[in-house]
Amino acid sequence: MTGVLDVRGLTKAYGERAVLRGIDLNVPEHGAIALIGASGSGKSTLLRCIDLLEEIDDGDVLLDGEVVTDPAVDPVAVRRRLGMVFQSFNLFPHLTALENVVLAPVRAQGVARPEAEAHARTLLARFGLAGREDDHPERLSGGQQQRVAIARALATRPRALLLDEVTSALDPELVGDVLTAIRELKAEGMTMLIATHEMAFAREVADEVCFLHDGLIVERGDPEEIFTAPRQPETQRFLRRLLDAGRL
Amino acid sequence: MVVLGLLVTVVVTSEGWSNVRTTFFDPGDFADAFPAVLDGFWLDVQLFAIVEAAVLVLGLLVALARISRTPALFPLRLLSAVFVDLLRGVPTILVVYLIGFGVPALMLSGVPSDPLVLGGIALTLAYSAYVGEVYRAGIESVHPGQRAAALAVGLTENQTLRHVVLPQAIRRVAPPLLNDFISLQKDVALVSILGPLEAFRVAQIEAASNFVYTPLVAAALLYLCVTVPLARLLDRWERSRRR
Repeated sequence: MTGVLDVRGLTKAYGERAVLRGIDLNVPEHGAIALIGASGSGKSTLLRCIDLLEEIDDGDVLLDGEVVTDPAVDPVAVRRRLGMVFQSFNLFPHLTALENVVLAPVRAQGVARPEAEAHARTLLARFGLAGREDDHPERLSGGQQQRVAIARALATRPRALLLDEVTSALDPELVGDVLTAIRELKAEGMTMLIATHEMAFAREVADEVCFLHDGLIVERGDPEEIFTAPRQPETQRFLRRLLDAGRL
Repeated sequence: MVVLGLLVTVVVTSEGWSNVRTTFFDPGDFADAFPAVLDGFWLDVQLFAIVEAAVLVLGLLVALARISRTPALFPLRLLSAVFVDLLRGVPTILVVYLIGFGVPALMLSGVPSDPLVLGGIALTLAYSAYVGEVYRAGIESVHPGQRAAALAVGLTENQTLRHVVLPQAIRRVAPPLLNDFISLQKDVALVSILGPLEAFRVAQIEAASNFVYTPLVAAALLYLCVTVPLARLLDRWERSRRR
C-alpha cells in the first residue's frame, strides 16, 4: 500500500542536531493522520520536509507513488499538489483575503482570473468569510485569518493538506471555528496530515495518531488506544504531563 | 520662531549686511539671471528623471544579485558586493570626476563622450549602490514565513520574489528611497564640473561675469522648489503608512 503520501526513512539534521531520525509514515487516501508530540519533537520539520520547503538528508517522500525527494523532480510542481497551512497563518499582508486565495491558481496554475475568483469566493464563503473578501489580513481576527489560509491552501485543489499546528497561535475562543473547518474537510474526504497540540481534536478527527519524540515516531495507532492505553513510556509521560496541565 | 527671528535680526543688523544684500539678494540681478538659470535647471530636472529611473532598476538588480543564494551566481554576488563597497566608499563628486574625465581619456570607440551622458552614468552608478542597499534591507526585512507560504502554494522562486517579497519590501523602504531621490535631485548639480550648462553651472557663470552671487540664490530657490515638495510628499507618505 503506498497511499497518497508515503514517507520512508526520512532523516534531517540542522548541523549537528538531528531533528528527524528516520521517519516512516503513510497517509492513505481520505485518511487523516495526527502528529502529536512535544514542541521540538520534529513535527513542523517533518511537514516542511514533505512540502519540500526543507532539504532532507536521507530517505524518501512519495506522493501518489512517485518519489518527489529525488533531485530530478521539480519541487515547484510537487508543492502545487500539496496544500500547507502554517501556525502563524503567513497570509500575504499586502493582498486582500480574495487575492491571497487567488494568487496561486492564477500565477502558478494559469487558471483564468474570473474562474479563480469564483472558486475563491466559494471557498471563503464556505469557511464563513463571505463579505470579507476585500479585507486585508490585518483587519481580520486570527481565526478568520487562519480560515483564509486554509482556503488559500485548498485553492490549488491539492491532493493532501499539511496542517502545522494551525490553532496554536489563536486565542482559545477562536480555535473552535478553525477546528470545525478541518472537521468538515475530513468529512468530505480530504487527505490530511495534522500536526497538533489539540489532543481532543486529534482523538476525534484522526484515523491514526503518531507520537513523535526526539525525531522518531515512537508510537502509532488507533487514537482511542493511544490516548487511553499508551504502551510506550515516552507517550505515557507526555500524556500524563498534558493531563496534569489540564490540557487533556 | 523666536530663534529664527533672532537669527534674522542678527544677520540683518550685521556690519556686512548691506554688502551681502546687494551681492546675494539684488532683485535686478535676480531678474536678469533667472531665465538662464531656469533654463539650466530644466536640464537638471530631465537628468534627474532619467538617472532616477535608471537607479531604481540598477539598484534593484544590485540588490537581487547580492541576496541570490544559487551557488552558480556566486561571481555576480561578489561583483555586486564589490560594486557597492567601491561606489559607496568614494565621494560622489570623485565618481563624477573619474568617469567624466577618465572615460573620454581612454579614447575608446563607441563609448559615449558627452559629459552630460557620462555625468548621468556616474550618478546612476553611485546612487545604485545606495539604493541597492536600501532595497536589500527591505527584502531582508520580509519575514521568511512569507517566502515559505508563497513557495508552499506553488509559486516559483521568481514569482515569490515578484508577487510576495518585493511588493512588501518596496512598500517598507519607500521613505528611504524617496529620501535618496531628494538627495539625487541635489547631486545632479555635480555634473556641472564636467561642463554641461545646468542650473548651478549657469548660475556660476552669471555670478562670475557680474561679480554678484544673486544667480546662485536663484539656483538655490529652484532646487528648493523641487526638493521641498518631495520632502512633504515623503512626510505624507509616512503618515499614511502609520495609520
